[in-house]
Amino acid sequence: MRSARVATSLFSLLAIAIALVWAFPVYWMLNSSLLPNVVLQSATPTFLPWGGSLDNFAAVFADGGFLPALAVSLTVTLATVAATLVIAFLGALAVSRFRFRGRRSFILALLLIQMLPAEGLFIAQYKMMSSVGLLNNVVGLTILYTAAVVPFTVWMLRGFVAGIPVELEEAGMVDGLSRTQAFLRITFPLLAPGLVASGVYAFLQAWNEFTIALVVMTEDQAKTLPLWLRGFVQASASRETDWGMVMAASTLVALPVIVFFLIVQGRMSSGLVGGAVKG
Amino acid sequence: MSPRTQAPPTSSPREVRTAAPEEADTPGPASGSGTAWRGPRRRRVGLPLLLVLPTIAVLVGALGYPVAWQVATSFQEFGLKQQFGLPPEFVGLANYTAIFTDPTLWTILGRSLLFCLVCAFATVLIGGLLALLMKRVGTVVRLVLQVSMLLAWAMPLVAAMTVWVWLVDWRRGALNWLLTRVGVDASGHNWLAEPATFFAIAAIIVVWMSVPFVALSLYAGLTQIPEEVLEAAAMDDAAGIQRVRLIILPLVAPVLSIVLLLQIIWDLRVFTQIKLLQDAGGVANETHLLGTYIYQLGVGSGDFGAASAVSIVMLLITVAVSWYYVRSLMKEEAA
Repeated sequence: MRSARVATSLFSLLAIAIALVWAFPVYWMLNSSLLPNVVLQSATPTFLPWGGSLDNFAAVFADGGFLPALAVSLTVTLATVAATLVIAFLGALAVSRFRFRGRRSFILALLLIQMLPAEGLFIAQYKMMSSVGLLNNVVGLTILYTAAVVPFTVWMLRGFVAGIPVELEEAGMVDGLSRTQAFLRITFPLLAPGLVASGVYAFLQAWNEFTIALVVMTEDQAKTLPLWLRGFVQASASRETDWGMVMAASTLVALPVIVFFLIVQGRMSSGLVGGAVKG
Repeated sequence: MSPRTQAPPTSSPREVRTAAPEEADTPGPASGSGTAWRGPRRRRVGLPLLLVLPTIAVLVGALGYPVAWQVATSFQEFGLKQQFGLPPEFVGLANYTAIFTDPTLWTILGRSLLFCLVCAFATVLIGGLLALLMKRVGTVVRLVLQVSMLLAWAMPLVAAMTVWVWLVDWRRGALNWLLTRVGVDASGHNWLAEPATFFAIAAIIVVWMSVPFVALSLYAGLTQIPEEVLEAAAMDDAAGIQRVRLIILPLVAPVLSIVLLLQIIWDLRVFTQIKLLQDAGGVANETHLLGTYIYQLGVGSGDFGAASAVSIVMLLITVAVSWYYVRSLMKEEAA
């Protein structure tokens, strides 16, 4: 008994240690974002942000690139979320409420497309966008993002729609509602959590995306936040970097994501591993 | 495992309605039982197709067309001259012959596969051990570990990369300070300058990012194992490793194989991490993986023909590897 308790405390210590190691980069970002550059440039790192300030955050807003990049990122992200929700909702409805010819192939195609790597397509997407004049254009990027996000969103929403019993709609129809009315008044409200989760998923994907943006948003004024952040990484190769400011910028990019992520995480992973985990 | 797979196909009114054979697009006699559905059913032939139309339109427009263009271009001479207006010339398999006879592609392909497999197996191994650890410790400690995992998982890729570049920075990075503190003189050492250490850093970053998903998924799988099974195993005096190998492993095998497969697919496409580490001081020509190589061919050298050919190779590999995963998801769907 005694040895079992010793073992458990050892395991607990190990778990805490691993938790600290894993969270360290996130902590380091926050810590550095609060410290002045003079402190960050000293030979010994400072592990606690005592005496720190929000000056780095002020510097981010003062940087000419941040607000335009924020505007591009917000526009593209929100447009992607809106377009994805409408399109994927209709698609999910079709595959979970109807049986139709080609339904299986449609789902199969969605699942396969969802696995395609952006890197295997971006040269062609660049070429296509340049030929229709949508390079460096938020509309062009939104279309590419929507196409990238829709397949998994249909798959995810399908689960939500299927989880709402058709009997509820049928009961409404027995009470005299038309099919559309029954759907809008009964099923749609029940779908709200699914739509929120899917919207957050689309938000995360579009907000974080780097690869496609790198190829089709080449001009400075068309940069999204990840591309703007990349500028600092590039600069750090050749000269001293104001890491405090870069960490403050990264924090600003990461905060909304971490909040949203915690909302949607459970739903997303159960969609990915399918029925292998009951969820 | 899933209760849904065992559900008899005609157990609910909804299933009756949908029990008609897959390929029938007209309402079959089987669906004639529910009176409430008689009215709306007439429209149902066209309605579902109308509903999937937007999905199909955006996918064909933004993915299908580029794939088709890419297939066509991979058979064409499409270099800088063509970008300035010269019509592309059909050259058959010349691009493919060129890339496959060039040792560069084989080097990069081998490197990508090696990097992918090392990262994927390391991720699943560490994730599995952490899942077992979560099972072993008390609720509070487990929550601490889970929150820490979630934080790492939630970090946006590029933000995480800026932090890692700062951590491994050769001038003032915390890594070199730590190594020097424990006795390895690493001050001023640039880990990104050498391909070997470049990939070691890249692998650490990729594993750090990927482990949370695996650990939490496998932990969810472990919680599905009935306590009695584990207790019985403990009573039979099965030692720790035996218990894992003979009892836990077979029970979590479905989740395990799916997360491993997903890791392999995802780690084959590491682009952002490699690209940003190259930006931060890596020697690009010696550190390309498939994604950055395509980027270099297409955007860097403007050789769209070769870039398309390599892209097609990459897409084919992905589809081949994904097939099993997609099929396993489809099996669940068919239930």
